[in-house]
Amino acid sequence: MSKTHVSTTINDDAVEFLCEPEQTLLDVLRDDLRLTGSKEGCASGDCGACSVMMDGRLVCACLLLAAEAEGSVIETIEGMANGSDLHPLQQQFLDHAALQCGVCTPGFLIAAKALLDRNPDPTETEVRFWLAGNLCRCTGYDKIVRAVLDTAAEMRN
Amino acid sequence: MQYEAPTTIDQAVALLNNTGNASRVLAGGTDLLVQLRSGMIEPELIVDIKKIPEVRTILKEDGKYRVGAAVTGAELGEHEDLKAAWPGVVEAVELIGSTQIQGRASLGGNLCNASPAADAVPALVAAGAMCMIAGPNGRRELPVEAVCTGPGQTSLAPDEFVVSFLFPIPKPRSGDAYLRFIPRTEMDIAVVGVGIHLSLDADGVCSDARVAVGAVAPTVLLVGESAAALVGTMVDDAAIEKMIAAVRGSCDPIDDKRGTVVYRTQVAGVLAGRVCRIALQRARRER
Repeated sequence: MSKTHVSTTINDDAVEFLCEPEQTLLDVLRDDLRLTGSKEGCASGDCGACSVMMDGRLVCACLLLAAEAEGSVIETIEGMANGSDLHPLQQQFLDHAALQCGVCTPGFLIAAKALLDRNPDPTETEVRFWLAGNLCRCTGYDKIVRAVLDTAAEMRN
Repeated sequence: MQYEAPTTIDQAVALLNNTGNASRVLAGGTDLLVQLRSGMIEPELIVDIKKIPEVRTILKEDGKYRVGAAVTGAELGEHEDLKAAWPGVVEAVELIGSTQIQGRASLGGNLCNASPAADAVPALVAAGAMCMIAGPNGRRELPVEAVCTGPGQTSLAPDEFVVSFLFPIPKPRSGDAYLRFIPRTEMDIAVVGVGIHLSLDADGVCSDARVAVGAVAPTVLLVGESAAALVGTMVDDAAIEKMIAAVRGSCDPIDDKRGTVVYRTQVAGVLAGRVCRIALQRARRER
């Protein structure tokens, strides 16, 4: 079966790849492009560990065929820090110890950034509902929610 | 498996026509990808309809909204005018899945996946929405309630697909609402879902009603007897009780981990009462 040629922009770089029709965007990101920050948890859209931005929308990379990414702009966790300068969300996650095993963390960071980009002053309830599609089995969520709220406050000042 | 992303309806129909039963239509993919990955389905061809402009746009034609089958939940939720015209429909769509799912999930996918518990469907049926379906013989319109024939089954031919949904012009003094019951606050599948649309005349008498119930039968039910209990009344408590009794009478659910037959039937009535009061409140606000 012939491979599909896909042209995308990933983290501001023009990226072209060939993919099998069955491959998900997550498969290509991790296995072919070696962008392994996005994780595979459930592979069914429930856990959010594979969260990426596609054309400005928060999506699960496991629920997209790679071929669907033709012409799209994708942002992954690898594009979040500016060199060694962490994004404020990343620093707050560290400061709050808002992670333990870290598998869910890239997804939480991408999802939280998507929230703060559209709502710089979310309530705790808004943060919890927005992040309902990201599962963390270590932290109990409180530290994550506090890290997001504190980042919002920090970025507003 | 092959992947194709046609840019016109005719190309899409031709692709589907060539492969028949062995093809699947891809809109948002939030159900289809799960089925693919789990091996539940093994299609030879995936036809991604999202490159067809009509499938991805919300239009207003002669006062009527036409919503493309692959417009996402997030896009519907951000469309203030559509939300004002059909708040029940938009609320129902927004209940589907997480923020991530909302970024992809679509009305067309929610309908054609044909889950009895699909959240958008009772609201679409209550709204009286029509599907515009494309196939080898051109286009046809079908009421939403005529699409699903059983769990995972639709009345569409293998070479047909839903292009868009057409909503009627909202009448003055009309309103719609949708609620579902789940045992948590978010990220779950409806135990029961109820969508109601009703219209009032200038004196506040109900002139038209549509009551649709999900997850209590193999397909979403449009309960004519419930609508009849409301029409001609002031939608007072007695009429609502009669409507609720008809909802319960129509329920034919299964026992499963989400709820028993008795529980679902009871909850369907409770929800129907609540939804009716919200729709009524909206109808009493002048449009």
